[in-house]
Amino acid sequence: MDLKLDHHTKDGIEVVDVEGEIDVYTAPRLRELLIELVNIGHYQLVVNMEKVEFLDSTGLGVLVGGLKRVRAHDGSLDLVCTQERILKIFRITGLTKVFGIHDSIDEAIAARKAEK
Amino acid sequence: MTMATVEMSFTPLPAHVRTARLVATAVARRSGVDEALLDEVRLAVGEACSRAVEAHQEHCPAEPVRVALTGTNGRFEVVVTDTAAQSATASAVGAPGGMKDGSEAPGGEQAAAPVDAAQLAVPAELGLAVIEGLADDVEIAHTDAGLSIRMSWPSSAAAS
Repeated sequence: MDLKLDHHTKDGIEVVDVEGEIDVYTAPRLRELLIELVNIGHYQLVVNMEKVEFLDSTGLGVLVGGLKRVRAHDGSLDLVCTQERILKIFRITGLTKVFGIHDSIDEAIAARKAEK
Repeated sequence: MTMATVEMSFTPLPAHVRTARLVATAVARRSGVDEALLDEVRLAVGEACSRAVEAHQEHCPAEPVRVALTGTNGRFEVVVTDTAAQSATASAVGAPGGMKDGSEAPGGEQAAAPVDAAQLAVPAELGLAVIEGLADDVEIAHTDAGLSIRMSWPSSAAAS
């Protein structure tokens, strides 16, 4: 399926809901959304990937790009993902050490608040 | 040379990479690749095709990307071939993805070197790491025309 993107604010943190496939064709849309959110001042982001069916290196690059952008504003970009097929690509690229990866949106927000 | 079970060529556009993934997964399933490995096939083929599409878009957008899928002798093999000029691929070979001429990677999930977000700028570097981490066997070769990525996985039956 194609890529569906949505976002909402929860406890002061912007949650981006991603559904579908993130690949070389669809990743630019996610990149644009992350850039837009940063440009309007959202520097604390949680990307919910629980409904992502496919993720390739292009998608990883977009997430890393988003992380770099929010960090430039002392912000954060955490991920919510429990799917083994998606987690695997983070592991083989070593990106589990770069992103905070959580089991739920609430857990991601709680972890972020705890660090403040 | 063994005749490929399925061959396809597609216009080097990102939209067609998904089609290539779907076809490769279908042929892998029919070739007897274990269901647990199909996600790896899908991802590795997608990465190889994405790399080829980017190379073609930069250097030869009128030339199609070619994919050959062969299920025989207990192996399912995928060869993704680009025809971008050799000079175009030279820079990719030097990328930190660990690509080497004729290199082979053992099976299983391998951890690439940790990636520092501050240094990561080119997603293509990740693509090569993903391919080498996912495919049971990988061989990357230069031809006069471009780059050929051969990947294979065990299968239980030959496709017909």
